[in-house]
Amino acid sequence: MAKKNTFKTFISDIPKNLFAGFVVSLIALPLGLGLALASGAPPISGIIAAVVGGIVVALLGGSNVTITGPGNGLVVVILAAITTLGAGDMQQGFLYTLAAIVISGVIMIILGFLRMGSLGDFFPSSAIQGMLAAIGIGIFAKQFHVMLGNIDAKGSIIELLIQIPNGIIDFIKTDNSSMFYAGIVGIGSLFIMIFYSKIRNRYFQLIPAPMWIVVISVGIYYYFDIFSTSQYPIDKSLLIDLPDDIISNFAFPDFSKVLQFDFINAVIAITLIASIESLLSIKAVDKLDPLKRRSNVNKDIRALGLATVISGFLGGLNVVTVIARSSVNVNNNGSNRSANFFHASFLVAFILLFAPELRKIPLPALAAILVYTGYKLASPENIKKVFNIGKEQLIIFLITLFTTISTSLITGIIVGIVVTFIIHVIINKDALLFIKNILKPNVLMFKEDDTYYVSVKNFSTFLNYTKLKSKLNQIPENEEVIVDFSLCDFVDHSVMENMSDYTETFKRKGGHMEIIGLDDSKSGSEHPFALRKILPKQIIPRRGVLTKRQISLQTISKNMHWKYDAFPSEEINKIPEFGYFKTRQINRVSNILSNDNCSIFDIQFSEGEMIAKQVIKATMLYIELEIDIPEFTLDKEGIFEYIYHFAGYQDISIDEHPDFTKRFYLSGKEETKIKEFFTDSLILFFESNTYYHIEATKNGLLIFGNERLASVKEIKALADFGIRLYKIIS
Amino acid sequence: MQKFKKILIGIAFSPSLKPNLFESIRLANMLDAKLVGVHVGKKTKEKEEQIKAILNDAHDLKNEFKIIWQEGNPVDVILETTKNQQIDLLILGALQQENLFKYYVGSIARKLTRKAPCSVLLIIKPSVKKIACKHIVVNGLKDNKTEDTIKIAIGVSNDLGCKKVTIVEEISQAELDVNVSDDKSLRKATIVKERIKTREDRRVKNILKEINCSNISIHIQSIFGRRGYSIGHYAKVKRADLLIMNAPTKLSLLDRIFPHDIEYILSELPTDVLIVK
Repeated sequence: MAKKNTFKTFISDIPKNLFAGFVVSLIALPLGLGLALASGAPPISGIIAAVVGGIVVALLGGSNVTITGPGNGLVVVILAAITTLGAGDMQQGFLYTLAAIVISGVIMIILGFLRMGSLGDFFPSSAIQGMLAAIGIGIFAKQFHVMLGNIDAKGSIIELLIQIPNGIIDFIKTDNSSMFYAGIVGIGSLFIMIFYSKIRNRYFQLIPAPMWIVVISVGIYYYFDIFSTSQYPIDKSLLIDLPDDIISNFAFPDFSKVLQFDFINAVIAITLIASIESLLSIKAVDKLDPLKRRSNVNKDIRALGLATVISGFLGGLNVVTVIARSSVNVNNNGSNRSANFFHASFLVAFILLFAPELRKIPLPALAAILVYTGYKLASPENIKKVFNIGKEQLIIFLITLFTTISTSLITGIIVGIVVTFIIHVIINKDALLFIKNILKPNVLMFKEDDTYYVSVKNFSTFLNYTKLKSKLNQIPENEEVIVDFSLCDFVDHSVMENMSDYTETFKRKGGHMEIIGLDDSKSGSEHPFALRKILPKQIIPRRGVLTKRQISLQTISKNMHWKYDAFPSEEINKIPEFGYFKTRQINRVSNILSNDNCSIFDIQFSEGEMIAKQVIKATMLYIELEIDIPEFTLDKEGIFEYIYHFAGYQDISIDEHPDFTKRFYLSGKEETKIKEFFTDSLILFFESNTYYHIEATKNGLLIFGNERLASVKEIKALADFGIRLYKIIS
Repeated sequence: MQKFKKILIGIAFSPSLKPNLFESIRLANMLDAKLVGVHVGKKTKEKEEQIKAILNDAHDLKNEFKIIWQEGNPVDVILETTKNQQIDLLILGALQQENLFKYYVGSIARKLTRKAPCSVLLIIKPSVKKIACKHIVVNGLKDNKTEDTIKIAIGVSNDLGCKKVTIVEEISQAELDVNVSDDKSLRKATIVKERIKTREDRRVKNILKEINCSNISIHIQSIFGRRGYSIGHYAKVKRADLLIMNAPTKLSLLDRIFPHDIEYILSELPTDVLIVK
């Protein structure tokens, strides 16, 4: 990551960012108008949020390719805030809500300074999914009626959903031609949204679907205006309403309700959703960044907060990071924050130049865009995805979803967190595990032989995930990492999902991360993100869902043409003959990778008895030899821990190879035979390869590195070592 | 260099009395120290015979073994004895959580650990048979006491015949002083980390210069985690046989409510722990 002439790159990147910004603005315009309308706010407030957000975050933000503006998630909260604070008067309610927006912006700035960007990690991912789906349903329920030309539909989300069949019947039967034609435009727009991605025409795809809707609906108006003799059939009340003098007509927040309970409630809800939506989006967009940069989340949150404050004072909505527009930006080769700035500039230009045309957009056309986004958030595929991870995740998801729909977002997410915790307690049949260990710093990290080793203790769930995250964040992504969960009793879905994200990131940036210690665990489903409960040591699974490590082992075995057996049934009888296992009791052997004479396996054994008992898991290589060899042990000089069972035998020195003697500790009973056995080529082999602890019996070799489970990469190295050693010896 | 010349062991007539006594006797022999046993309770014939029977089975003691019988509050009696007898090392047994391989320190032992004027050895798994001590982990944090602690650790490992000692430096987040938030700060943090590591290594090596440790393989390892807790975690991961730590400088009420340093270790013993005072 050399620091090249950044200014020069910046200048040369301007054209493509300009273009990306332009394409994004084509989507941002209809979405901004639509999201504001759906929130019950004046349409221009959405555009103000996008413009202020684009400028402020581009200048001060910490991310690279994100686009900021009004967000989907906020529609439901802002609508609720405007309705409750206004108590019937939407206009006054909007002014109160602006005040709430300003204050939530201030809170976000503070959160950013306090480095609370990690706050989002305390929400279990299934609960967040449930909440997002609820938001989607909320948007869908309300906008479906608007799409059919009925802007007066009122009621709670559930009532609105129940009214949908009636709404369709009313629409078909209606004698109000304005409403009917508006509905036709709405349904047509929905079809454009649905089938847009199916039409693979290059020129058609140049303009994004929402802009097509705007262009076509405005076009229809001008057709009636200029060519047709009949009147434009849609009434003015169903067209978008923009102030006449856009630049001077800013709404100003009303702070008179600041200390009321409803107001505080609204502030909390807005802040909560704004930060969650932004954090999720920043994280997701970082995965898309072609230059693989890491966003400064806290700096971005501060910039978003400041943008929200300014936007609120100018009569605009919250500014959040939005995923859909950001991904359009990346797809159009946006490469730095200037794209966000250009998107804002184009929006200003559109509003100033095309205000009369924009006033011709029918509301149902915009509602159709939102119906589609609402459906995307709550689509059955999402529910299926959650179900695939596990039944318990579906329970969490559905409970959060229904609570959010029937009460409020804050209640919904709190219930989601509580339910997740209760389910974890039920799965483990143990609340103390969580209560006693929640505050303990359960993550240890250290660097050993150029590999970062991270060990997690007790349990790892959304409750203490930040501790693990802060350690992992400190590791440069081009390094080797091993995350060991073997001291953990329970790992939940949120952590598994995040680990998978980290593995991806490390892979993308040239590093390597591996999860070990979960092979003995029980999981609820076959999904890689399923939570895992480590089984008590006595229970031995015979069959189970393979972990990622086991699946990679399976793949390796295929590539090397070795056999792989994750849960072998027969015992290995050669291993106990080795000196190392004289004092150790083998409990079980699993994950056997083998060819004709080499086998690599995970072995679980115990040292000591009764209360002194300790259970250890390690990966070892066993080579079976056809010839007889003398018994010996070979170690790196200076490691004394393994050799005591050969106590009394001195380091055998091989005179022709003083360097070998200096570096290795070789011992055994039959000194002359051993000296004969260690030929020049064998010595050269040991000198030029990694150190392993090696033990020989009459016709077998036992080889292992550290006394712990090996990562897949280490297993590959071990296998290679074994194959070459076998060749030299026989 | 401080040496443990007099070892105190509490005698309770429980099933673990035999392993406890065996372990203490072995240790006393290895360290070439005198052993004092204290029983809080009445002196009876049966109890005396029970101890005698165990002693007959055990290895012969190199030095004398004295038993003190005294009634009263266990904590007070033992603390008093450590003062009166000029004890250097107090041995306490840990408790095990049912069915789990987790050990913790009971309430009496915990009080003793905090208040004892001498070093304390907490044993999680006393055994009748000898289990060789193969790996000792000792803290190397920047503290006035660390030098003594490391010296004692080397001394103890010589006495116990342990050939491998790891000196662990715990680098806390606060010390790092760089928050990782993007690529740039990550690079900076990595550099700072390296610098701290080199500095700490040098400091520990300076301490080691003055100590003769030719026949022990000494390894210096820096770890990242909460001070006092992560070293226990490390000892567990590395399956050390003995963890040697400095005694905490001060323990106020607040420290018990918000546990840190040694308190973490006491609630979850990773292995045998020697707290050096």
